[in-house]
Amino acid sequence: MTPRSPRRRLAGVALFALAAVTACGGAEQQTARPAEQGVTITMWTRAATQAQSERLVAAYNKSHKNQVKLTVIPTDNYQPRIAAAAGARQLPDVFAADVIFVPNYTSQGLFLDVTDRVAALPFKDSLAPSHMKLGTRDGRFYTLPHTLDLSVWFWNKDLYEKAGLDPEKGPTTLKEFAEQATTVDEKLGKDGKVHGTFFGGNCGGCYVFTFWPSVWAAGGQVMNPEGTASFNDRAPMTDVFKVYRDLYAKGVTGPTAKEEQGPTWTGFFPKGEIGVMPMPSTTLGSMPKDMKIGVAPIAGPDGGESTFVGGDSIGISATSEHADAAWEFLAWTVSDEAQVEVMAKNKDVLARTDLAGNKYSSEDPRVVLINSLVAKGQTPYAPRFGETFNDPQGPWLRLAREAVFGDAGKLPQRNAEIDKSLQQ
Amino acid sequence: MSITLDRPPRGTAHQSAPSPPPWWRGRKAQGWAYAAPTALIVGVLFVVPLILVVWMSLHRWPLLGPATFNAPDNYTKIADNPLFLDAVVFTLKYTVIITVLLSAVALGLALLVQERRPGVGFFRTAFFLPGAVGFAAAALLFYGMLNNEFGPIDPLLQSLGITDEPVKWIGTPDAALFSTIALVLWRFAGFNMLILLTGLQAIPVEVYEAARSDGANRWQIFTKITMPLLRPTIALMLILSVTGSLLAFDQFFIFTNGGPDNSTVSMVMVVYREAFFRFDLGGAAAISVVLLVALVALNVLQMRVLRRSR
Repeated sequence: MTPRSPRRRLAGVALFALAAVTACGGAEQQTARPAEQGVTITMWTRAATQAQSERLVAAYNKSHKNQVKLTVIPTDNYQPRIAAAAGARQLPDVFAADVIFVPNYTSQGLFLDVTDRVAALPFKDSLAPSHMKLGTRDGRFYTLPHTLDLSVWFWNKDLYEKAGLDPEKGPTTLKEFAEQATTVDEKLGKDGKVHGTFFGGNCGGCYVFTFWPSVWAAGGQVMNPEGTASFNDRAPMTDVFKVYRDLYAKGVTGPTAKEEQGPTWTGFFPKGEIGVMPMPSTTLGSMPKDMKIGVAPIAGPDGGESTFVGGDSIGISATSEHADAAWEFLAWTVSDEAQVEVMAKNKDVLARTDLAGNKYSSEDPRVVLINSLVAKGQTPYAPRFGETFNDPQGPWLRLAREAVFGDAGKLPQRNAEIDKSLQQ
Repeated sequence: MSITLDRPPRGTAHQSAPSPPPWWRGRKAQGWAYAAPTALIVGVLFVVPLILVVWMSLHRWPLLGPATFNAPDNYTKIADNPLFLDAVVFTLKYTVIITVLLSAVALGLALLVQERRPGVGFFRTAFFLPGAVGFAAAALLFYGMLNNEFGPIDPLLQSLGITDEPVKWIGTPDAALFSTIALVLWRFAGFNMLILLTGLQAIPVEVYEAARSDGANRWQIFTKITMPLLRPTIALMLILSVTGSLLAFDQFFIFTNGGPDNSTVSMVMVVYREAFFRFDLGGAAAISVVLLVALVALNVLQMRVLRRSR
């Protein structure tokens, strides 16, 4: 029971939404003009990419007359906050969003059309292709790449050495991944502290981020190009599910993999408890300094390589009154200066493919590898992505858990539920 | 013989005090004026939003842009939402279990600390203290305490030899439900105890003395004196408990996240999902209206049953 009625809270939100919404034209094209000076624009970002956003904003504020006021919102609450703010016409001037939610946001008219502004950028053809694709609707551009977060395999070289594996040789196929994880678990996991691998087994977003690259690496697809039909009940997806199902059944994964809802799924590897597992590339810079980590592209069951090109895109909100000042900031974030001196310097993946070989990234071959995957990886497109694949109550999580922990025979039925959700 | 009273001359002290304006003279007008501030607050914070939610439920309501009238689509599609239908069943099941357990535990605690004895103040405070913790914070606290990786409960149970391996507190539908019930009992039993304690202390001591002098034993006093006289207080507690349970959100949203496998999705979670994940504000408003109507009907029924059985 709850003394604070959620119904009243919802009614309050509804009030804001209704009181504030008036007839509006949504996102309209605005042509570029010289930015006003001395303006403070507001920006929202989610906690998952907080570090990168904070660095960019700090560098921009230091070198520009216009200022950006950044608000960081917990990742799990970000989408609801955007929805509530949009309903109340209280969106910030610019906001970043998980790139996979961008098609839904553009279809709702939340972003300003920036086609002409993007066309004027001299490096427009080098902007991360997956992010640009998802920010395009009916041939018009609405967003720029903001941060890139790729899924890759991390392996712990110390644990590999102790388990008798070659510490310099990571997995090149999903089957090798399973074999190496099993070896680590068998050799070092007897006291229950070290495990072969780990994954977020009760987290829809974790599954797509870590499992789907194996499907792409095997030459398969997870959806049709329109994002309205799911292919997750057939090979190679089912082959990938089987590998992880066997790993869980044999106890090679951490015991709580089945219950992991997402908030702590990346927390075990830095503790030195996991042999090899899929991880977000953005965590490489925050790993313990004395930890020897190898990085490999995610492979399919028999080879190939791919990655989920995740991260955030950023756009000007359709309700912003400072579109020119907002664009000045956005254009700066993808400039040579910001990309090299802010992003590359901190081992982040670049939003531009033409700067992959910069002076900072070339110091660490792992960063070079990650940057090279931007062009090989994919970002799945579906207008109904969030509610289908990320939402804990969405149909994808049920399918994935059925495939890994439950009755794999139910996959066609669960896949039909995904189709229904994608087509709503 | 007749007595005549002279009218006071104009401009005397009697007339110097201004008489109230004509609209203020009636008791009715004064009543309206006194009620106005409360009426204003209720109107702005409850009636207007309620009307707006009903209005919203009759439209396709995008995040930005004009709404379009689509009644009754938002209502008819509720029946096609399997998540909502499952949530109705689950929420009713949760409401029954939590109401029975909460009432029993709260009554037990209230009876324990009813009489003034040394140390009873400490226990009253201890039982009520969880009620001072915010509900969202309490849900997070349980999430941390029962977490298999970093929570302290599992290592404690294992060191005491009670369990051999970590208990999956939210790993199965039943475990998730009963872990949540434990959270709610911990958080609200003290508050409900307080409500019952006020009822218990309102029962005159003379009634108990009379019963004892008539030879009634403890059980007879409990069933024939305490419970009947406590009925209005129990009614209040039941209404609060049933209403709060049907509107359950925080505990499931934060603690179980509706899982595992959508087994702990409450009705308000479905409203939240429709509004903020699916951006279907009209659909969410329609479910809210249905929920409100059901809740009002249930409360009316509850009040009638409890009044009739007095």
